[in-house]
This record gives sequence, structure tokens and C-alpha cells, in this order.
Amino acid sequence: MFNIPPHSFNVMLVVLGLLLTATTCRLILARAKPQKDYTELRQRIQSWWWMIGIIFVCLIVSQTTAIILFAFISFLALKEFFSIVPTRQADRRVLFWAYISIPIQYYFVSIGWYGMFIIFIPIYIFLLLPMRMVLIGETKGFIYSAGIIHWAVMLTVFCLSHIAYLLVLPVQNQAAGDMGLVIFLLLMTQLNDVCQYIWGKLLGRHKIIPKVSPNKTWEGFIGGVLSIALVSTLLGPYLTPLSLKFSLLAGLLISGSGFIGDVVISSIKRDLEIKDSGSLIPGHGGILDRCDSLIFTSPLFFHFLYYVNY
Amino acid sequence: MERVLKILFFALIVKPIVFIVLGLNLRGKPNLPREGPALIAANHNSHLDTLVLMSLYPLSKIHRVRPVAAADYFLRNKYLAWFALKCIGIIPINRSGRMRKSELFAGCHQALDQGEILILFPEGSRGNPEELSEIKRGIYHIVHDRTDTRVTPVMMHGLGRALPRGEALLVPFNCDVIIGESLPDAENGEQLVIAIKEAFLELQKYCITCSQPRSWIQDPKP
Repeated sequence: MFNIPPHSFNVMLVVLGLLLTATTCRLILARAKPQKDYTELRQRIQSWWWMIGIIFVCLIVSQTTAIILFAFISFLALKEFFSIVPTRQADRRVLFWAYISIPIQYYFVSIGWYGMFIIFIPIYIFLLLPMRMVLIGETKGFIYSAGIIHWAVMLTVFCLSHIAYLLVLPVQNQAAGDMGLVIFLLLMTQLNDVCQYIWGKLLGRHKIIPKVSPNKTWEGFIGGVLSIALVSTLLGPYLTPLSLKFSLLAGLLISGSGFIGDVVISSIKRDLEIKDSGSLIPGHGGILDRCDSLIFTSPLFFHFLYYVNY
Repeated sequence: MERVLKILFFALIVKPIVFIVLGLNLRGKPNLPREGPALIAANHNSHLDTLVLMSLYPLSKIHRVRPVAAADYFLRNKYLAWFALKCIGIIPINRSGRMRKSELFAGCHQALDQGEILILFPEGSRGNPEELSEIKRGIYHIVHDRTDTRVTPVMMHGLGRALPRGEALLVPFNCDVIIGESLPDAENGEQLVIAIKEAFLELQKYCITCSQPRSWIQDPKP
């Protein structure tokens, strides 16, 4: 019925298999130790089912549906960002224009206009927002406000939209199709989070940046990088047009930048003295908490791939 | 018929706005009174406050939730009055101060007698965005001779940014909705006012949309 490219289809099945394993493990754990509270673990895994389910369904239905989904994720992330940082009442109309940039940016993605996709936010929105602020005329706090608003749009709209542009690149690996690149990026990024967490829990001893994130350790980081390098080398040629060597490099890039994205968003939350950026995803926190790594991995992976293969 | 109108209004317009365009950081949901008679005392920053609180209830119960609202504002013309009474189902209250207490709150008592849930904003008006204003005592006159009705405090933050007083443009923001445990019975109006104020300040600590960065320019002290 639906035309799912065979390689992407197989990887989707593997991911669903992993989820099924996670759920089974949780049920066994809950049975073995009934006195312990596994609510958070349950919520976490349940949320994974929802997130992966929604993404897979949108990818399968059509390219447009998937692009709309990513635009919606950008909207949720931008909204969450604006909600947790202090904004001036005077800037409400400026924020409104920042939101308007989302449909326009994703429209450029959907028609595959690369030049406009790449400059629309860094040039046009960058210059439009302060102009709109000047028209309002409130100068107290102008610098901070301009900085915060543009930073928010860059992170949540510009950076995240790269993942959608992967869909409209000319397909080079026919067996994986347009969705192969997206699945590869998402899988590597999220698996990296999970691997760094697990390695950190198992071996973690030496703290990497205690001021920002006391739970991050060198052991977790290195364990994550090595795991992802391995998985990425195996999976890269299957899902993307990258060769074995470049797949390895892509894995290192995703793993390293994913870590940085994670701690950058953590620093923002530290500064604001909050734990989670929202409560949209039960067990995970807000959408920014889940997309933190992706914000850094998507543009870096995209431009790596674009340079090597296009 | 009215109930159908209300359900349609909330299902098609209000709930999508509240949960998609806005978005809630909801805490303390189990504290929300499920059945009446009950009274919700919330802080007031925006017209959205009422709609957000009502959206917390399932569609099947929305007609049992009744906001208490100023007659001089919401009944000032025919269309607004129709909307306020039929789509939202407000209990109008006269703010002029010329009525006797028993008459003034007759509508509230009637609703509570029928087991409905009242939403009340004890600050009286929306005031400056995101600031708490003085809490009025009117609420005490509703609950003081009722043994069946508890007051549940709710603190909201962020809606004054999304749609402040005097603005027509809705800008999306996530909003905190923190529901506290119901307050113990108060002996007099002042005590209740203090209890509500304290509850608001306590609940405000759980808000995540009102934090200020620790330092804007200055480096932290070593």
C-alpha cells in the first residue's frame, strides 16, 4: 500500500523491535521488584512509543506530512524557548514575527530552494526582527531582547529545519529513499543520548563539566562516541549515500555535537534555574529537553553530507 | 441545546487553542476538584485564564464549571452577553457595591447548591500583566456558611504574556497552571485572604515560565 523503501523499512522494524524489548524489560523489572516505583521509566518508554510512532507514520504517509511535522516541532520548541526565557511585554509583536518565520522557512524547504533556505533566517529574519523592535521603540533591554529572540529562532527553526531538508535532497541511495537520511540522523542522535547515559551509569567516574551537568562523565561520553561510531559505520552505507569511511566520520560528528547540544540547553536551564523546559513529554520533560542534541546534530550532519555527496 | 453549543465551542475552538497554540505546564492535576460543589480561586491576568481552567475538564463536565464574572463588563452589550452566558456559562456578578451581600451572591449559591464548580478570581480584575494584585474578600461571603464547599487555589503564569489586557493579538506561549491542595476552612475573611495569598506565592515557586537568569551582565561572585 505505502511505498516504503526496503532499507528504511527494515531499520524501522529494528527500532520497533528495540522498543518492544524495552517494554518487555520494564515489565520483567516491575514484576521482579514490585515494591520499587518504575513510574518514570514507564512514562519514558511510553513517550518513546508515541514519539517514534508519530515520526514513522508521518514519514510513511508522505514527504509533505513529514515536513509539516518538523515545522510543528519547531513551533513547539520555539514556543517553549520563549516561555522559559524572560521576554519584554513590548516585544509581543516581534515574537509574533518570529513565529511567522516557521511556515516560511519550511515552505522554502518543501520546494527545495536551497539558497533561500540557507539565508532566510540568518539574513532576512536576523535583520527584520530588530527593525520591528525599533518600530515599537522600547530601548530598555533592547540588546538582550534582540539577542534572545534571534538565538531562539536560530536554534529551534533554522537548525531544526535542516532535518526536514534532508527529505528533499535528491535521493542517491535508492534502497533507503528520502527518509533514510532522516531515520539515520534521528536514530544516531537519540541512540547517542541513550548510549552516553548507559555508559555513564555503568562506568562513569570522572566528571566532564561538573558546573553545567554533574551527571556527565568522560566514561559516558567516550563510551557513547565509540558505540555510535561503530553503529554508524555499519548503518551509514545502508541508509545513506555515505561510504564506510565517511559513515564513521558522520558518527563521530553526530556523537560529539549531540553531546554539545545537550549541555548547551542544560546551561540555559541552569541559568534560569529550572530543571525541565516544559512538561509536554511525560518522563522526558519539554520538547527542548528531547531535541537538545538534535539542534546541533542536524545542521552539522546535513552540511557534512552536503559537502561530501552533493 | 445550550450544552451542545458549549461542548462544540470548547471542542473545536477553546481546547485546540489552549493545548496547541498555547500549551500548559500543568502540575497538581489530582488536586483539581472533580465534582461540585467546589470553588476554584485563581489569579487573574488574562481573558484566557477562564478558558484554560475550563479546558482542564473533560467535555462531558464543562457545563458544570461556572466562572463568576463581572456583569458590567460581560453583559455590556447583547452579543457579548449572549456569548458569555450561552457559550461560556458565566455567573454574572454586580461589581458596583450597591447590592446586599445575600442578593449579590445568590447566583453563586444557587450554582453550588446544584453541585457545580465555581471559578472565581479573587483579585477582582486582570490588573497588570503577570503581577499579583490585592485579593478581595468577596470570596469569603460565598463559602463562610457553606460546610460543603472547599476553596482550591490555582496559580497561573504566562497567560498575561500570551494575551494581556487591552491586546487583541494572541501570541503563543507555554503557560504554567499549578493547582494546590484545597484550603482549610477559614474563620474570617481576612484569614481566607491571607491563606489564598500564601497559597498563590507557594504555588508560584513551581512556575517555570517566570524565572529570571541569575546574571544578565555581571559575572557571578567567586
